[in-house]
Amino acid sequence: MIAVDGIHKSFGKVHAVRGVSFDAPDGKITGLLGPNGAGKSTTLRILYTVLKPDAGHATIDGIDVVADSLGARQRIGALPHGAGLYPHLTARENIAYYARLCGLDEQRIEARVDGIVELLEIGDFADRRTRGFSQGQRTKVALARALVHDPQNIILDEPTNGLDVMATRSLRELILKLRDAGRCILFSSHVMQEVAALCDDIVIIAHGRVAIDDSAEGIRKHTGCKDLEDAFVHAIGMVDDR
Amino acid sequence: MRTLLAVFAKEVLDNVRDRRTLISALVMGPMFGPALFAFVINLSIERSLSDINEKLDLAVIGANHAPNLVRYLGSRNVNVVDGPADREAAITAVKAGDFDVVVIIPADFGSQLAAGIPARIEVVSDQANTQAERDARRARGALAAYGQELAAVRLAARGISPQVVQALNVDDVDVSTPSGRSALLLGMMSYFFIFALLMGGMYLAIDTTAGERERGSLEPLLALPVTRDQLMLGKIAATCSFMALSLLLSLGAFYVALGFMPFEQLGMTPNFGPDVVAMAFLLLLPFILLGAAIMTLVASFTKSYKEAQTWLSIVLVAPTLPILIVSILTLRPQLAFMFVPSLSQHLLLVDMIKNEPLEPLHVAISAGSTLAAGLLLTWICARLYRREGLLG
Repeated sequence: MIAVDGIHKSFGKVHAVRGVSFDAPDGKITGLLGPNGAGKSTTLRILYTVLKPDAGHATIDGIDVVADSLGARQRIGALPHGAGLYPHLTARENIAYYARLCGLDEQRIEARVDGIVELLEIGDFADRRTRGFSQGQRTKVALARALVHDPQNIILDEPTNGLDVMATRSLRELILKLRDAGRCILFSSHVMQEVAALCDDIVIIAHGRVAIDDSAEGIRKHTGCKDLEDAFVHAIGMVDDR
Repeated sequence: MRTLLAVFAKEVLDNVRDRRTLISALVMGPMFGPALFAFVINLSIERSLSDINEKLDLAVIGANHAPNLVRYLGSRNVNVVDGPADREAAITAVKAGDFDVVVIIPADFGSQLAAGIPARIEVVSDQANTQAERDARRARGALAAYGQELAAVRLAARGISPQVVQALNVDDVDVSTPSGRSALLLGMMSYFFIFALLMGGMYLAIDTTAGERERGSLEPLLALPVTRDQLMLGKIAATCSFMALSLLLSLGAFYVALGFMPFEQLGMTPNFGPDVVAMAFLLLLPFILLGAAIMTLVASFTKSYKEAQTWLSIVLVAPTLPILIVSILTLRPQLAFMFVPSLSQHLLLVDMIKNEPLEPLHVAISAGSTLAAGLLLTWICARLYRREGLLG
């Protein structure tokens, strides 16, 4: 369960996030949708605690991301945008390294890595060094790495970027599997169709503000647009007018 | 502690598999010094030994005007050969490098000598050419010695002892020991040790900061439930271990290489046995932390791998500065120098090579101040690692 309450963040003169609030409940997929530069990544970075908000609060399972960032990180599996692997390590070693850093028992690590390799169906290349992996392979390993400590909350920043149809499809299936296991999933995208197909709740962000926070159906109703893409454009226009 | 160890183990494994890191840490750094040394020392031995014993072919114009001089030169192991046709040709030939030295004996040489006026001889050489100057110096020396001998004969003919014109008898007493003389040359070794240990950690320092950021692996790492201090310390520890390995290899390579170099022929006995090697390792140990922290600090300010490489190559040269300044100003070792990292290690190493006892206070100050500087910089690194701007 992720709760965001009025967070602000500026980089110099750029006010990137201007009072974003939303909730991402357990057992649901929450999509953060918005054009490039809307403040999606900044919001997510604050949630996985690599940035601190200038104002406002955010909690992970009730743990404040600023006051107890270590505790919050313990309950998060994060896949940042364009996450890189260690090219000289095998996929399995990459995953095991994160397991070790997350404090898993040495005896449990192997079994846990095996489990996650199976879950993400990456067994074919798990023992190869990751140099030269395709974008899809890399994303899967990075995701496996993020999930190795079995976190309750999963934050994915544009995970489908650069993936082909098949890889996107299998990632989508995995996200659904995780949701059905009761996880809280928050992911960002600028691709309308993807969010519409997958998310239970959609938070549309533009210019650092939340334009709409509703289900796909609710958004259509709210904006009076049948087509989600029209609704998206409409919602962004609403922020522009303010 | 477990986290620190996990980071350490991963960085070591990661970099052991990186050929570029391995070559710079285990080959380039440690071998560069001994290779350069072998080259320089063999060259200087060759030069200093080729002086007197070797026969010198000296081009002389007008040798027939001074048969006695030619005979005298022969006795000094100088073989007179035919020179160019005339003075003009001689100057052109020396300029062109066809001859190193040409001695010109004018036709009136014999008559001037007989008249008792200083007889003119010309020595044509290119004084900008150091290699040729060596031969020219020998020719001039031989001519001066001939002149002195003639003078002595003339004085004796007038019933005056040649000792009259020799008012002083200057005698050099050289108190340098064979190991002391070698310190001049081998003092340079200390820089190569520092160079090797910095090279050993250079790529790790880049890889763990700028490299990790450029690869995009830093952000997910920071999103893990570990503190950034632990990450930074684990990375610095891995860098230090590579540096220690490089240093060890460098010391070993020098130890082996010095065994093959003919120092006795230069009148040197380098004091560089296994005990000195071990002590040198201990003396340089505190510098490892300082070097690792400096390189990590510099690399963490850069935006990319390439930029970090550029800046770190400057760091590689920086430790020579204090050594260079002190040796140019020929300052005598003093207590204050022991507070300066790299310089203090250099001075202590030179003392050991000279086979002089180490002052415990000096060793303590050197180790203490270098270690303190290293800890301070490590702390600054950790502070910087907590910045938000780290992700760039």
